[in-house]
Amino acid sequence: MSNANQFCTFYLDRLLFGVELQKVQEVIRYQDVTRVPLAPRVVSGLINLRGQIVTAVDLRKRLDLPERPEGKLPMNVVMRTEDGGVSLQVDEIGDVVEVSEESSEEVPPTLQGVARELIKSACKLQDRLLLVLDIEKSCQFSENPAQVQRLV
Amino acid sequence: MSDTEIVREFLVESYENLDLLDRELVSLEKDPTKQETLASIFRTIHTIKGTCGFLGFSKLEAVAHAGENLLSLLRDRRLELTPEIATALLKMVDATRQMLGSVEKMGSEGERDDRALIAELERLQKKARPTEESTGAPTAQQKEPEKPAEAAVPSLGEILMQKGLVNEGQVVSALVRQEEGDPRRLGEILVEQGAAKPQEVLEAIQTQEAARGGASEGTIRVDVGLLDKLMNLVGELVLARNQILQFTNATESSGLLGTSQRLNLITTELQEGVMKTRMQPIGNIWSKFPRTVRDVAVSCGKQVRIEMEGRDTELDKTIIEAIKDPLTHLVRNAVDHGIERPEVRVAAGKPAEGWLHLRAFHEGGQVNIEISDDGAGLDCEKIRQKAMQKGIVTSEQAVRMSDREVMGLIFLPGFSTAEKVTNVSGRGVGMDVVKTNIEKIGGTVDVQSKPGQGTTVRMKIPLTLAIIPALIVSDGGDRYAIPQVSLLELVRLEGRQARTGIEMVHGAPVHRLRGRLLPLVYLKRELKTNAKQAGEKTEGQGKKTRIENLEKLDFELARAKHLLWKSRLREFLDGKSSLTEAEAGSHKSCALGKWLYGGGQEEYGDLQEMRDLEQVHMQLHMLVREIIGHQGAKHQAAAEEAFQRVGLLSDRIVGLLTALERELEERQAINIVVLQADDRQFGLVVSDINDTEEIVVKPLSKQLKSINTFAGATIMGDGTVALILDVLGFAQRASVVSEVRDRALTEKAVERQAASSEHHSYLLFAGPDDARMALPLGTLARLEEFQRTQVERSGTKWVTQYRGEILSLVSLSDVLEERRQRPRNTDYRVTAEGTAPLQVLVCSHDGRRVGLVVERILDIVEDEASVKSAASRRGVLHSAVVNGKVTEILDVPAILQAAERGRIADTQPVEVGA
Repeated sequence: MSNANQFCTFYLDRLLFGVELQKVQEVIRYQDVTRVPLAPRVVSGLINLRGQIVTAVDLRKRLDLPERPEGKLPMNVVMRTEDGGVSLQVDEIGDVVEVSEESSEEVPPTLQGVARELIKSACKLQDRLLLVLDIEKSCQFSENPAQVQRLV
Repeated sequence: MSDTEIVREFLVESYENLDLLDRELVSLEKDPTKQETLASIFRTIHTIKGTCGFLGFSKLEAVAHAGENLLSLLRDRRLELTPEIATALLKMVDATRQMLGSVEKMGSEGERDDRALIAELERLQKKARPTEESTGAPTAQQKEPEKPAEAAVPSLGEILMQKGLVNEGQVVSALVRQEEGDPRRLGEILVEQGAAKPQEVLEAIQTQEAARGGASEGTIRVDVGLLDKLMNLVGELVLARNQILQFTNATESSGLLGTSQRLNLITTELQEGVMKTRMQPIGNIWSKFPRTVRDVAVSCGKQVRIEMEGRDTELDKTIIEAIKDPLTHLVRNAVDHGIERPEVRVAAGKPAEGWLHLRAFHEGGQVNIEISDDGAGLDCEKIRQKAMQKGIVTSEQAVRMSDREVMGLIFLPGFSTAEKVTNVSGRGVGMDVVKTNIEKIGGTVDVQSKPGQGTTVRMKIPLTLAIIPALIVSDGGDRYAIPQVSLLELVRLEGRQARTGIEMVHGAPVHRLRGRLLPLVYLKRELKTNAKQAGEKTEGQGKKTRIENLEKLDFELARAKHLLWKSRLREFLDGKSSLTEAEAGSHKSCALGKWLYGGGQEEYGDLQEMRDLEQVHMQLHMLVREIIGHQGAKHQAAAEEAFQRVGLLSDRIVGLLTALERELEERQAINIVVLQADDRQFGLVVSDINDTEEIVVKPLSKQLKSINTFAGATIMGDGTVALILDVLGFAQRASVVSEVRDRALTEKAVERQAASSEHHSYLLFAGPDDARMALPLGTLARLEEFQRTQVERSGTKWVTQYRGEILSLVSLSDVLEERRQRPRNTDYRVTAEGTAPLQVLVCSHDGRRVGLVVERILDIVEDEASVKSAASRRGVLHSAVVNGKVTEILDVPAILQAAERGRIADTQPVEVGA
């Protein structure tokens, strides 16, 4: 019953991803973003979180998924990192999920490129697959993401 | 107090004591007979020894003990202080410091062996004279208490007696009562006895407090972390205050206004107060320097005297931390490299002892720190040589650089003219680190020197890092903050000035500011261009381009056209002319309508004038149609009535158009923010200038820090985030400030490069006799076709009117040497070949333009044309293989010369470029 098995989950392009619950500072709705010119493409900009300046990373771009459709506002999953706060912008928030050790599997070999680096493991849930993200790497954005094969 | 706390206190106090020892030992060296200093030193070591023993640090205790013994001999005048002894004592201080460091990190003194040091200290003791009459001053000193005595605080009884309110007898009897067990305080007893009134006692107590307060230290130790936390909170408070001010500016409630004003004042004071808590006098770092200078001087065999001015100048703690190392390096440098050896100095007529002067003072919102020495100064020649040697500058650059610029070179990484690399300095890693560290905290560093006389390094550092005044500008809907410290002035160009104020020099926009050329940078361009490079898709990109392509509305025309309606309708109503509904058009199809709905609304829709204009314009067109309708239905009266209204509407439209025109002109105004970076000035063009505000600097994520354009971010009064511009980084990125401070150099390089690459593009054409020839594309201005009828004669030349000038036409067959050796004179007007238009290559060279008439234009190719052979005839540069075929490359300047003279001169062919 260790906390390390609890994940905060969210949807991106109808795929289900998860991050360790412990590392999540908070989850909040869409916040206005101030863009940062000259920043890497995946950086949407900066968010004012009750006085704390948090860097918002568009996770779709980070994972090289197709762009979010017009009009759909992203939710924010704010992660605690040593570098201050980083907010991952996602489509929708899912539930908090607890997984057992056994259901964890290797990342399917069909996953190539960026996704492969950022996804630590895959977990079998009742009716779908949960892709667990490597938080450190996901919050890094100083390099350009490589071209990636579509996930599905 | 727990054990760790005790140890921590011990460490803090001991470090302070060691620093004190450093200072005192150095001061003692200069004046070995000062008893006070000796006594103080002895006491300090004694204290350290005692506490070490108490805490069980035996190694520390042993070392301190040896030192103490040596010192007691000095204090007793049985030994005289020699440099050897001083060095040994200083070594002891160092060893102690190191052991304390171990305790701090690991909790124990570590694996040290200080036996050698202890032995040395003991050896030096042996030189002592036997015990002399140890009476008098030394003994008196010995009897002094361990702790420095607190200045006597008078007792209550004494104060009351002094004031004459009680007599000695009363005090004594009260004291006796106390000793007998009366638990009350002296004051109470006296009052009860009727010896003194309560008021008098209270005043006496206050006097005592005052005395006590003055005597004891009015300071308190505070954990630095706590102060940082306070600073952060104050920063947040400043932000919240800014937000509240924004709201109250919009409110009418006087109560709210008054309260928020108070909040404003209090916050400002609180901010200042908290900032002060973090201010430390620079003397804190400087106090270590006498020791440093002494050590370096001794190891280099030099004599140096250090003077410090402005020790009390206060700096924020973080700044002090940041400049500690750079200052130390500069001081060591000055002694090691600046000051000469005593013999050299004397030979140069200077006193044998070198002089190092440290000076700190506040000026213009910044702290200035100067380090001057009277040493040999910087050898500019040597620096120049070294720079050329290292390839940092070319020889021509080196010659052109001013002395000041040459001195600036020492700040480049890897630069050092030191003959020897000592372990003090000379490795060439110092000065550039100094500059980087100073610049990191927003400061500047500068060096000046007079050879033979000395050097001065000057630093300017902003007073605070966290809260700074800034100018807010907006561009493209985003707001940016520019630190006021870099701001020089604001320039606004309106109307005609806006159009003429910006000139182009070498392809770069500049503005003439009071005679000087100010390079301009467009904020929008600098930030957006690179966004595109990163592949970012800017939403509404399509929208933006449409607006950019928005045709400027011709206001004059629009006004005239709409005035015309009146007369047109009049004529129509009078039956003099006809007008159909279709001709009247809808409000969308006339020129104004097209502009309005084609983007004018999007761009300027927020202006009241626009909205009104749209309304009235629609009404007018509707009315016109109405009139036509009425007329058609023969309702004369109605038509006339409607016509009356037309007049009013059309006048209104004209008025609105004029107002709009003025608004738009205003908008076309150009705002230039004149900034300073690294001693260079440049102008930043922005669309709007907002306010100046005090902003709280919030750091950017480490990953974003590498974009050196931004120094941080801040939260504006309305909660949105604004980026803070790093003026120096921005300037470097925009290439307004370059590493080698000579822009002309880079331009030359670019030109040369451009010239050399142009040689590789050629225009192929058929010359006389269908000879295959080519022309370097760079000399070609345009390709034109002229009708033969356009050709005219001017004197002996054939010319044509071209783009507002008279262009001479030259036929290559006239000018090029041929086998025929007979000059030809082509007549363009009459030709047997028919009336085909002339193919003309308009070439420019040296500002002159000439049209070269050729038979046929073949192609434009890019080729290295590396295979060359000598010129085949005059007027030809050389033959080369272009596109696989042998081609003659035309020598344009020669051709031009020939054209002017009518024939090829008997001179050597002129080389182009090379």
